[in-house]
Amino acid sequence: MVVISDIIVQGVQMLLVLLLAPLLTGYVRKIKARLVRRQGASVFQPYRDLLRLLRKEVVLADNASWLFRVTPYITFAAIWVAAALVPTFATGLLFNWTADLIAIVALLGSARFFLALAGMDVGTSFGGIGSSREVMIAALAEPAMLLIVFCLALVAGSTQLSTVSHFLASSYVGLRVSLGMALVALFMVAIAENARIPVDNPATHLELTMVHEAMILEYSGRHLAMIELGAFLKLLLYVSLIACVFLPWQIALYGSGALSYTIGAGAYIVKLALAGFLLALFETATAKMRVFRVPQFLGAALMLGLLGTLLLFVSRSF
Amino acid sequence: MSAVALQMVCVAGLLGLAALAIVLSRSKIATPVIYGATLAVSVIALAGALRSLLGGAADATTLTLPVGLPWLGAHFRLDALASFFLVVINLGGASASLYGLGYGHHDPAPHRVLPFFPAFLAGMNLVVLADDAFSYLLCWEFMSLASWALVMAHHRERGNAKAGYVYLVMASFGTLALLLAFGLLAGPAGDYGFAAIRAAQHTPYAATLVLILMLLGAGSKAGLVPLHVWLPLAHPAAPSHVSALMSGVMTKVAIYGFIRVMFDLLGQPTWPASVVVLFLGSITAVMGILYAMMEKDLKRLLAYSTIENIGIVFVSLGLAMAFQANGLKAAAALAFTAALFHALNHSFFKSLLFFGAGAVLTATGERDMDKLGGLIHRMPFTSFVVLVGCVAISALPPFNGFVSEWLIFQAVLQSPELPQWALKIMVPAVGAMLALAAALAAACFVKTYGVTFLGRPRGTAAEAAHEVDRFSLTAMFILAVLCLLAGILPGLAIDALAPVTTEILGSRMPAQASQPWLSIVPIAESRSSYNGLLVMVFITASASLAVYFIHRFASHALRRGPAWGCGFSDATPAAQYSGVSFAQPIRRVFGTLVFHARDHVTMPPPGDLRPARLRIELHDLVWSGMYAPIADAVGFLSTRLNRLQFLTIRRYLSLVFATLVTLLLVLAIWS
Repeated sequence: MVVISDIIVQGVQMLLVLLLAPLLTGYVRKIKARLVRRQGASVFQPYRDLLRLLRKEVVLADNASWLFRVTPYITFAAIWVAAALVPTFATGLLFNWTADLIAIVALLGSARFFLALAGMDVGTSFGGIGSSREVMIAALAEPAMLLIVFCLALVAGSTQLSTVSHFLASSYVGLRVSLGMALVALFMVAIAENARIPVDNPATHLELTMVHEAMILEYSGRHLAMIELGAFLKLLLYVSLIACVFLPWQIALYGSGALSYTIGAGAYIVKLALAGFLLALFETATAKMRVFRVPQFLGAALMLGLLGTLLLFVSRSF
Repeated sequence: MSAVALQMVCVAGLLGLAALAIVLSRSKIATPVIYGATLAVSVIALAGALRSLLGGAADATTLTLPVGLPWLGAHFRLDALASFFLVVINLGGASASLYGLGYGHHDPAPHRVLPFFPAFLAGMNLVVLADDAFSYLLCWEFMSLASWALVMAHHRERGNAKAGYVYLVMASFGTLALLLAFGLLAGPAGDYGFAAIRAAQHTPYAATLVLILMLLGAGSKAGLVPLHVWLPLAHPAAPSHVSALMSGVMTKVAIYGFIRVMFDLLGQPTWPASVVVLFLGSITAVMGILYAMMEKDLKRLLAYSTIENIGIVFVSLGLAMAFQANGLKAAAALAFTAALFHALNHSFFKSLLFFGAGAVLTATGERDMDKLGGLIHRMPFTSFVVLVGCVAISALPPFNGFVSEWLIFQAVLQSPELPQWALKIMVPAVGAMLALAAALAAACFVKTYGVTFLGRPRGTAAEAAHEVDRFSLTAMFILAVLCLLAGILPGLAIDALAPVTTEILGSRMPAQASQPWLSIVPIAESRSSYNGLLVMVFITASASLAVYFIHRFASHALRRGPAWGCGFSDATPAAQYSGVSFAQPIRRVFGTLVFHARDHVTMPPPGDLRPARLRIELHDLVWSGMYAPIADAVGFLSTRLNRLQFLTIRRYLSLVFATLVTLLLVLAIWS
């Protein structure tokens, strides 16, 4: 019986992230539009886009191989599984014990690996430029992410997200400089990984700015829908990650009943709204940077992560 | 028959095959007979080694042969550590022989490869079995010479003569370092048996010297930076299945030597030693993969990537030394298991990738990836198994490379327990270096696979490629399956390694097979756990779910058309991203610092129809800063000393007389 209820709760979580992900993106777009005094599309526009893409035919380049056709599904599946591993409204869910934070980073790495390969599959220069820049950014973002993981693991004594979340929700953590640094660094990594301004611009296809969009330029129809949904999920994943680690309030504990699950879900949606607003504010306030400024941006994240980790050694209370 | 005797019989069989190969060498049946028989012997040796590893290898068996030094004889011993490395060697040997059954047919000069192939395998087996310093060094040298002969198999090809020369110099240098190390270990009494060395007390001074000498000796064979320069020359020069053995297996023999001396013979490791190993390991990991990123020759790239993986293994050995020196038994066992597991994994995927490179070479005759492309359409099976190898080596779940790197990160996370400040601050930085190496490895293998197998063919060779033979495909397929199995059932592999860690460190990781759902749990479930099997099941399930819903409800329409070129269609395949251009962002970020890399673009003025030229300037700072000065100094000295060759008889006699007087004087003053 326990297993069945576990599976149901886990299933609810997986469905929840899948359904909320386009909404979060639509919401961020709406806020951004409002901040620059535009009306903006409805917050439900991403759902409509997805449905429209699903109805369209796929235009496949002559040279595309089987890898090009399976990549959208692999990418989507890897990101979805990674998103299912992050505690959203409750900790200790069934999948939470399957893999830890390092594995989540690696799962996202798998998704990117296949996307970058697919970018090179058709054999145009656009795919190549996108893939090569994407792996460059990833090569810088991953060490920074790992240092953030170290920092969190040293505070909480675990890389298991449920345990981390549980520990940080407890009253005796308090404010710590290390955690502050980790939060800033994680935010910077999340910006880079999700191809947001100032690292990349998710709303343009112009050659000079494109990284992620160039890589998926050849995709169309249902394939593009899967990739877009994967990108929405990835944004949601990073926001949930920040929320469950740094804002773990009202998150339900394992097996604590339907009421606290509902409260947890409500709190989670409030956190998403808050994070989406802050992201839109940040993106409106900054300008896109040159591609070769990105190493400095991510280098700063790396240094913050390392400093946060080293501060923990200097003093237990930091 | 005892376990060690079985192994010795197998070695004798391999040596017999080497002799048979000389007799048969020029006949047509030589290739299938020799590779087939080597395969059979390797499988027997593998089964024996597996049995003694899994079935209580704690009771080591020994064997003494009446050859070698007259008062010593030749001692051989099979314990858990040796069994594990025998598994690695013979698995590699078996797969290389299977691959050779097909690949060997394309060899223009089989008589140059066939005799040395089984001899090389026999040499590697013997090094691991040796139980006294004399046989160890003898077998080590035999292994080096056999592999040198294989490097020189295609000696007329450009660059191979230089590769063989550099390899010979580095191998001799390494053996010299090992000779001195064993001399120090044996001490003034000079007992060369490993049992006696193990029992003796070693002064800290001698232990430090042994560490340095082992890093030079075993490190040069394994490819530690800055002793790695021979490796990217020599490994690709040999035929591809031998490259796989040299890169995937012989480097493991060097690691075995390092472990045997530093953990077993020398007794308890010390923490300052671990700082040195950690430092060299992390530098090696990052430098190796940066070199690989800059490379466009398929086999040289793989050889550089081996350097990276050796760095990773040394990092986790360094962690094991640090924890062991401080008495943190569980953490030491974790780090040591991670090192062995990564060594095993590397032997799987590096052999697989070298086989893949060999298949590409057979099909196209080309090693320069910038002339390939689009092979996924023409070599479907090869491209699939190579993809598995690329994913595995990039440390992505659910394959095996991820598991061992995950274990190393878990070991890094144990560093707050360490009492020394130097280590506390160093270990997280080393962890960041490892993460950088892992991310760069993924970038590097996207480049390798993308440029070689994807895209459009860049030349006629790639256009005319065809799938390779069944033996080669079977060998690659088996290794790909092993990569997946070790990735989804890592608990079984970790449990199999427990006897080794128990023997060497006196502790082991918790039993993993009893964990629910076959998770792996390094310390405790609340700290961290990973379940490769479930991750794979979840990914497969969610991908199938997505496919089902898409094909049930979405549009099925599909149209083939030309790729979209922004209004500039029909670009030549040469306009695709090549390996060089793919590496450009990373070259610009890291290369300016590490290689002094510069891109020079010569652009003709508008209206001029000459093509623009791109020239890339890269400097190997290790070669120009360390080896070139040594080579120059040797050259300078030898030109000067050359004059001695043309003296008159009177001058020779006076020289001899002067030397004699000087020596007598020195002797008089000395005593």
